[in-house]
Amino acid sequence: MKFSYVVPVGLLAASILFAGCGSNENNGNTASDSNTTADAQVATTAPGTTEAAADFTAAIDKYRTYVIEQCDAFVKETENFINAVKEGKLEEAKALYAPARMYYERIEPIAEALGDLDPNIDARENDVDATEWRGFHRIEKSLWVEKTTKGMETTADILLKDAQLLRAKVETADIDANLLVTGAVELLNEVSSSKVTGEEERYSHTDLYDFVANVEGAEKIYELLKPELAKIDPTLEQTIGERFAALKTELAPFKVGEGYVSYEELKEEEVRKLSQSLDALAEPLSNMGTILGV
Amino acid sequence: MKDKNPSNPGPSSPELNSKENDSSTGFTGKKVSRRDMLRLTGVGGLGLLLGGGGIGSIIAARSAAAPNRAVQASAALADSIPFFGEHQAGILTPAQNFLCFAAFDLTTTNLSDVKKLFQAWTTTAASLTSGQLIGNVNDNPNLPPTDTGEADGLSPSRCTLTFGVGPSFFDGRLGLGSQRPASFQDLPVFTGDNLEPQWCGGDLCVQACADDMQVAFHAIRNLARIARGTAVLRWTQEGFQRSSGADPKGATPRNLLGFKDGTGNPDVTDRKEMDTVVWNNSGDGPSWMNGGTYMAVRRVMLRIEVWDRSNLSDQEATFGRHRQTGAPIGAKDEFDDLDLKATDASGKLIIPENSHSALAHGDGTVKMLRRSYSYSSGMNLKTGQLDAGLLFISFQRDLVKQFVSIQQRLSKIDKLNEYMTHTGSAVFACFPGTRKGGYIGQSLLG
Ligand code: HEM
Repeated sequence: MKFSYVVPVGLLAASILFAGCGSNENNGNTASDSNTTADAQVATTAPGTTEAAADFTAAIDKYRTYVIEQCDAFVKETENFINAVKEGKLEEAKALYAPARMYYERIEPIAEALGDLDPNIDARENDVDATEWRGFHRIEKSLWVEKTTKGMETTADILLKDAQLLRAKVETADIDANLLVTGAVELLNEVSSSKVTGEEERYSHTDLYDFVANVEGAEKIYELLKPELAKIDPTLEQTIGERFAALKTELAPFKVGEGYVSYEELKEEEVRKLSQSLDALAEPLSNMGTILGV
Repeated sequence: MKDKNPSNPGPSSPELNSKENDSSTGFTGKKVSRRDMLRLTGVGGLGLLLGGGGIGSIIAARSAAAPNRAVQASAALADSIPFFGEHQAGILTPAQNFLCFAAFDLTTTNLSDVKKLFQAWTTTAASLTSGQLIGNVNDNPNLPPTDTGEADGLSPSRCTLTFGVGPSFFDGRLGLGSQRPASFQDLPVFTGDNLEPQWCGGDLCVQACADDMQVAFHAIRNLARIARGTAVLRWTQEGFQRSSGADPKGATPRNLLGFKDGTGNPDVTDRKEMDTVVWNNSGDGPSWMNGGTYMAVRRVMLRIEVWDRSNLSDQEATFGRHRQTGAPIGAKDEFDDLDLKATDASGKLIIPENSHSALAHGDGTVKMLRRSYSYSSGMNLKTGQLDAGLLFISFQRDLVKQFVSIQQRLSKIDKLNEYMTHTGSAVFACFPGTRKGGYIGQSLLG
């Protein structure tokens, strides 16, 4: 969830750039044989003009199938979650909250392209007028801060309806190659802007679930575009692959069972390292647009 | 809600820099662009010509920094300081108005990645210092531009980029342990040090100086961007001094304590002196450092509020100099000799023994080239006081013989210590200059 008018950009930039200072040990071998961005950029110079426009129909179809799968699971898991809320099962509801959201976070750019659905499902406190605030984060606050499911019954029902509406709409959503390319970058920008800072899940501190899901969503798109990218800029294709792998290695230690540790447990330098690995990936990923030609 | 992706302006976005391309010859081509021509005749050029000390000192800087190189007297690049040369620029170069300093840590253990980074940085540095856009993908609507754009249309502003590596660069990760110069290590702890890790160390450094803060920031920002995946920022500090606009005569700048700072520096136009004080010569250490120099960086927080409460004679006794003229106490002119033996009628030393100038000067045999900038980082929320001070930067041929020996004296009894505390520390081995066709650090990385 990101609104351009609520994200304190300066603050974020500052916290990313200057988030303290860690040890001088090896910051993790993030890319064993990767190229620098400049190399990647140099490699992305001339293509597009001479070649016939690539055909992305297959990639788009596969992506729609993926989105529908995620949406199906999202509706199902949201239903389980809201049932727990309505039945007053506080602990069960808390356990179901973050995993259900992951299906949504993987395909967030699509939801964002579909009108008001994203704020209705995913607005954080103060993203919208207090009277209009609903969705996951409203319930999150009740579960973690007010420590009760009481009073959330209607909000729960509306959330499920919004999720079902999303599922219905994705069937016909406009998906083109440009949306794929920008969507992948947007997913990582989501992480940079709100997950890294711990703002997204400010009550439940389940930010790492969203973090991982956003990255998985971006990786899915990369995989679908990979064959085309390999034709046009194999160096870039390889660099992105390596940086996904490096980021996943960075995330791995925080996994416990099927879930992830609370974001509060991460030390400042661990957060910074994740953030920097993410930037290291997002930079070359943002050059995937080279497959679209000039 | 769809967030506008700033990296993708979409097909309707205006053509970016289309005028640039018709005259540029690509990533490394360095023809003068149409924009450079405009600059010459435009406001930027005019301001520069009227800017007094500007041109003269640039030429001086050039010939000082690269005496063996023909000065490329292209008028279009009047405020451009060549990146390539025998020594790195930004050392003997008369200090520009602004500094943006960045220390980086490597995230790779692979030497070839580092080499690639230095090669990419070289190409980029050449563009940055000549005021050209970085890279050649600046007009494709489907791609983020290779240059971030905030310096587009700005003059080079005497931008210099000075690169170095810290002692941790040789800690074994890259297999370069045997190349570490013997006396090149982190500084010892000095009396009174109050170092915070967030202002210390770094595998790499880039000192970006320019007469325009946006130009300096643009340089660091883009170098950090290109480093992603190979190196990450460790700490950064911006710095300033009085601008050449405010002081067209180019007098010795004053630090935030109000005193002229730099008077006692050796003469950068004296080649012999620079070879003695600054540059490494064959026989000094590993040959990859020949023509290079060592940089000491100390982030020194000044106790401004305390200083402001001390009377003028106390302030002058602290430095051993008069505040208004910068002259040694008892003397008239800023550049009068520092006579540390002179006594008054009662036989008392005129320049106190524990004054900063007396201690730093010592017997006058050990020198260094200081090139510091003031900093202001808002306020300290704990004390409600200004967080301001000096990013002390000095260049020397040998850290131990020069910086350490002087700082050891200062840290024990310098009267200035009452008014400051050292919060950051780093040292870097700054490579010899990069030759055209070569890359930064080539003498070390081969
Ligand atoms: C906040 C910290 C500092 C301030 C405000 C400061 C300020 C000054 C001032 C005003 C002078 C007299 C003018 C001049 O000769 O340039 C001076 C001289 C000098 N300072 Fe500092 N300084 C600081 C730290 C240091 C440090 C850490 C060192 C080196 C370890 C150092 C080394 C010198 C030297 C070598 C001189 C010239 C002495 C001579 O006349 O030969 N200073 N400094």
